[in-house]
Amino acid sequence: MSNFIIQTNKLTKKFGKFVAANELTFEVKKGEIFGFLGANGAGKTTAIRMLCGLSKPSSGSATVAGFDIYTQTESIKKNIGYMSQKFSLYNDLTVLENLAFFGGIYGLSKNVVKEKSQELITKLQIEEHKDKLVESLPLGWKQKLAFLTSVIHNPKIIFLDEPTGGVDPITRRKFWDLIYEASENGITVFITTHYMDESEYCNRVSIMVDGEIVELDTPHNLKEKYDCNKMDDVFVKIARKSKRVE
Amino acid sequence: MKAIIVENIVKTYQKVLAVNNVSFEVEYGEIFGLIGPDGAGKTSIMRILTTLILPDSGAFQVDNFDGFKQFKEIRKSIGYMPGRFSLYPDLTVRENINLFASIFNTSIAENYHLVKDIYSQLEPFENRPAGKLSGGMKQKLALSCALIHKPNILFLDEPTTGVDALSRVEFWDMLKKLKYDGMAILVSTPYMDEVSKCDRIGLMQNGNMLKIESPKNIEEDFRRNLYAIKTEQTYLVLETLKSYKYTDTVFAFGESIHYTDKRIEDVSVSIFDYLYKNHLNIEIKQIRANVEDCFMDLMRNSNE
Repeated sequence: MSNFIIQTNKLTKKFGKFVAANELTFEVKKGEIFGFLGANGAGKTTAIRMLCGLSKPSSGSATVAGFDIYTQTESIKKNIGYMSQKFSLYNDLTVLENLAFFGGIYGLSKNVVKEKSQELITKLQIEEHKDKLVESLPLGWKQKLAFLTSVIHNPKIIFLDEPTGGVDPITRRKFWDLIYEASENGITVFITTHYMDESEYCNRVSIMVDGEIVELDTPHNLKEKYDCNKMDDVFVKIARKSKRVE
Repeated sequence: MKAIIVENIVKTYQKVLAVNNVSFEVEYGEIFGLIGPDGAGKTSIMRILTTLILPDSGAFQVDNFDGFKQFKEIRKSIGYMPGRFSLYPDLTVRENINLFASIFNTSIAENYHLVKDIYSQLEPFENRPAGKLSGGMKQKLALSCALIHKPNILFLDEPTTGVDALSRVEFWDMLKKLKYDGMAILVSTPYMDEVSKCDRIGLMQNGNMLKIESPKNIEEDFRRNLYAIKTEQTYLVLETLKSYKYTDTVFAFGESIHYTDKRIEDVSVSIFDYLYKNHLNIEIKQIRANVEDCFMDLMRNSNE
């Protein structure tokens, strides 16, 4: 087995004449926390949609968890988790109903779902809220619940698309505790974020500009290369190179 | 000169206390930041001051007009950019800004100088429906629409949420220019790193104003020893310090870990030794607190 959970080769997506993702070639190692950075409109979402098997590339190749993104998209979907700020849980279902729903989608048996649900509820200490509608929970709980729901089927890799918006700094850090823990348990974490301090928590980060990956290295090496103290400054330096006007 | 005066504002929604007895003032030519997480009460305050909802009690003045009696005058003299994109998605860029200009009996030509810096970036797409713009561009259009009638006071509700780090820098540069023209700006944000761009900030949580200060002073109010710990094994060091008997707080902070100790004296050496015994190699030094440290500290104290 290879050491890489994601391997891409010249992965490209065009919409008409517009090249949203241009010849992306990179690898993500098993178990690493990989930060996938870029300005709004740089092509991150397009790339993630291809890697999750939701969008067919125009050209190039890639494997995710060992499966081909052209021909084995159903196997990919079973082996990945996905969470975004925009869509994660159903507000009009209760905590338990959401867990049962997502567990069922991933093909877990009723018993396993029950067992897993209880485990997660104990872990989040939300026993007394398990029959409440998700809508009524504070945002920080929702995010943690959404994260744990997205790993309920023990995926090999989880894609987190801006998971931590809008919460207070303490809650944001508690969320990162979950990320670290998942990573320690061997789940690869692939994350996008606009909080540049969070990019420092990643083992390696890539930075996209105008559909291309222009940098890929550890935060430490990037800061050295660009002679900056913070990833924030590195990002701004690199993102300024953008020529794309929409 | 006071642009905004808020006195003892209270707002409840059914049983939820959204704004709890909040008072503050904003001057002309000042950027005042409302800082806090979702649910802190920032949006409720914005909506009250823009006369979209009424407070349960308290008083307020905006641009020297009374909040209850002169709400029509207030509406003419302010610009408001709500947190949610609320322009017309099926109108073009040009049509949207024209609409806002004509509502306020003015024209794009008349106040073009105010929006030139941002709007010029939108001009190549003047005929594109607003709903088809990218996030950053929508934000620029919304700001242009909020500015086109030359308001005296600008209300911006989380204008930079979900916007990338570079666009955020550009956005704040622009606010600075408006401020020098004498405009008062009330802006809310969940990004702590943007705090330093404000002249004064109000830290909010659960409807309460925890503190009003200049960013610089707020950092000086942090009166304990704060340590930055650098390591290759962030997760292990975090976990190990969480179970250390002298630990007061320990949080990941970008490339380092920020740590406070229950003991008052400098404990750098004993922390180093403790982690070394646990086979963890670190660098440790004392540092100055930043706004995020202070906010977390205030949050903790108000929860206790």
